[in-house]
Amino acid sequence: MSIWEYANPKKFMETSGRALPWFTGLALVTLLAGLFWGFFLTPDDYRQGSTVKIVYLHVPAAMMAINAWIMMLVASVIWLVRRHHVSALAARAAAPVGITMTLIALFTGAIWGQPMWGTWWAWDPRLTSFLILFLFYLGYTALWEAIEDPDTAADLTSVLCLVGSVFALLSRYAVNFWNQGLHQGASLSVAPGERMHMTYKLPLYVSMTGFALLFVTLVLVRTRTEIRARRIKALLARERMG
Amino acid sequence: MTALLLRDLRLAVRAGGGFGLGLAFFLIMVVLVPLGVGPEGELLARIAPGILWVGALLACLLSLDRIFALDHEDGSLDLLATAPIPLEGAVTMKAMAHWMTTGLPLVLAAPVLGLLLNLPGGGYVWLVASLALGTPALSVIGTFGAALTVGLRRGGLLLSLLVLPLYVPTLIFGAEVVRRGAEGLSVTTPLLLLAGITLGSIALLPFASAAAIRINLR
Repeated sequence: MSIWEYANPKKFMETSGRALPWFTGLALVTLLAGLFWGFFLTPDDYRQGSTVKIVYLHVPAAMMAINAWIMMLVASVIWLVRRHHVSALAARAAAPVGITMTLIALFTGAIWGQPMWGTWWAWDPRLTSFLILFLFYLGYTALWEAIEDPDTAADLTSVLCLVGSVFALLSRYAVNFWNQGLHQGASLSVAPGERMHMTYKLPLYVSMTGFALLFVTLVLVRTRTEIRARRIKALLARERMG
Repeated sequence: MTALLLRDLRLAVRAGGGFGLGLAFFLIMVVLVPLGVGPEGELLARIAPGILWVGALLACLLSLDRIFALDHEDGSLDLLATAPIPLEGAVTMKAMAHWMTTGLPLVLAAPVLGLLLNLPGGGYVWLVASLALGTPALSVIGTFGAALTVGLRRGGLLLSLLVLPLYVPTLIFGAEVVRRGAEGLSVTTPLLLLAGITLGSIALLPFASAAAIRINLR
């Protein structure tokens, strides 16, 4: 019994079908709990007022935007090395979810930045690198859409994902060099410094868990859809043959 | 491999189109910017490094789809892939030919265009140096993009969407070198980082490009 057994589409469909309701339920519960707790049960910040509460959408979305790309990278490597189709399809399924998360992070950031920094957008390193990440996502999905043969598309997008990851990382540090920003440092890091209080931190953790579960749910659903779409295509092809 | 390089250069010069086109685009771009933002010398001097680098980058982008498209159409790419020289080497030569026909002319023309944009005196040396160091990276990265899209019929637009994000670090460090040079600051750090990106790209990306071509020719 190894983890690679789940690379068999049939096995994957069975297991994911059983796990999906659990993930959906847990995602809903944690997401609602985290957001409700964060929005209504935490006190207003003494300097930022209630605008601080957008953090419960902004930070988890930003976290998942990056993690979705990392997941795509891992799935791409697995596809390139072991040629499991489920892996390639999972990478494909994760991209639109990642794009959405990136957009949520950018938009909530803009909404928060307007009253706080007095501007919707600033060419700050973090903001800029998120915009660049968005462009990488766009290129990746566009390449998937452009190529007809599914295996060629999977191969080429995987190579792009590998190369893109290196350049995305380079860009992240290049923009740091290019401009010192407005964005505050990491609020949750373990390094010493100014930190969030527990009252704010706990609902944030719940909300982050909720977003992570939501991501898993969406990727599972989308991967299952991709597998079914591929099965339909195979059936149609077989019908035409015989 | 030398024969391949010479063949590509000869094709670029004699078959027309690719050789002067990038340069002409660069010139037009530099002429259009002052028309758009106004003729104040001070403003132009401030944005000159960025404009020159963005112009070079777009001019480079213009000729990328020609790197493999023609060879793919007439089948010589298949021959190259099965030739005794490694495909990685062939890809590197292709990138080098692209650089010699687009990047190198840009480097040589850049000081004249810098003059048009009122670039401060200290910037010229660093403009040439940063373009000479950075444009090879643009060609190598672009070759990778061209390799990814070689099988597509209308790959041109997709190619720019794929390649432009990859150009970000090169652009940032390249323009930073010129900006610091123009202001008389030390340029060592961005120059070294730019050189690092170029050398790293030349060393590693041909493997990715060759892999992409092999997939596309399957």
